[in-house]
Amino acid sequence: MTLQQFFHMGGYAVYVWSSYAIALVVLVANVVAPILQRRKLFVQLARRQRRERRES
Amino acid sequence: MLRFFHQLGSPKHFYRIAGRWIPWLAAACAALMLIGLYQGMVVAPPDYQQGDSYRIMFIHVPSAWMSLFIYIVMAVAGAIGLIWHMKLAEVIAISSAPIGASFTFLALVTGSIWGKPMWGAWWVWDARLTSELILLFLYLGVMALYSAVEDKRTAARATAILAIVGVVNIPIIHYSVEWWNTLHQGPTVTKFGAPSIDLRMLIPLLLMAVAFKLFYAMVVLMRARVEVLQRERNAQWVRELVDIS
Repeated sequence: MTLQQFFHMGGYAVYVWSSYAIALVVLVANVVAPILQRRKLFVQLARRQRRERRES
Repeated sequence: MLRFFHQLGSPKHFYRIAGRWIPWLAAACAALMLIGLYQGMVVAPPDYQQGDSYRIMFIHVPSAWMSLFIYIVMAVAGAIGLIWHMKLAEVIAISSAPIGASFTFLALVTGSIWGKPMWGAWWVWDARLTSELILLFLYLGVMALYSAVEDKRTAARATAILAIVGVVNIPIIHYSVEWWNTLHQGPTVTKFGAPSIDLRMLIPLLLMAVAFKLFYAMVVLMRARVEVLQRERNAQWVRELVDIS
């Protein structure tokens, strides 16, 4: 199989590769979302702890 | 062993242990996915009826399996949280919902893209597709209900009940292709006797299915860790963790 045949997918390239592209987006989003949430939470908690220290 | 489970019940130890497992799960998942994709996209021959379009199967079928599997995990974890008031089970249940929703979405979208060239339609209101769409709404309902209730323990109880009631949809999805006349093809892997699928197609399919399971295990632990931090925000160990970050 040549590289061109591989990308051509027997004429179904649009369907096959768009499916794989959407799958990639969904998988990446699932990994990135908790990382961002965690970072946001840490920033938020750090701010709260600094504020508490100032007040005490 | 008993001590291991006891420790896992404590949020602090869960956070630590889960953090240690995540890189291994990621590595195993990536390796299986690469092998599975190579086998599926390069080694496996074109289908004699569907040409190369069937290669969508290698993500469509594992996604659809995961959409059911994650729902059952969510309902069972929800039930455990409900009966034994185990906080960690609540966390696992609620962390599973967005992941399950995303796999359900992926199964529906890739199925639609596969349906267009094979059936000539993006969407048909048949039993399999409709019950899978209801599954997506169940996941979204669980997520909406959880975020709508202020107290997180009450929210977890309410969502657990919704998730358990929704389990009735799972056998409907699974048997929909047998109970009703449908465009969707019947099972080729799980039916009795030899699966009616070429080994060169079956092996990458199973590799991808296991890879997706590992992927779920990885991201559910990632989400559960954040959820644990959020719930334990006032605990001393979380404060220390924030201080050193």
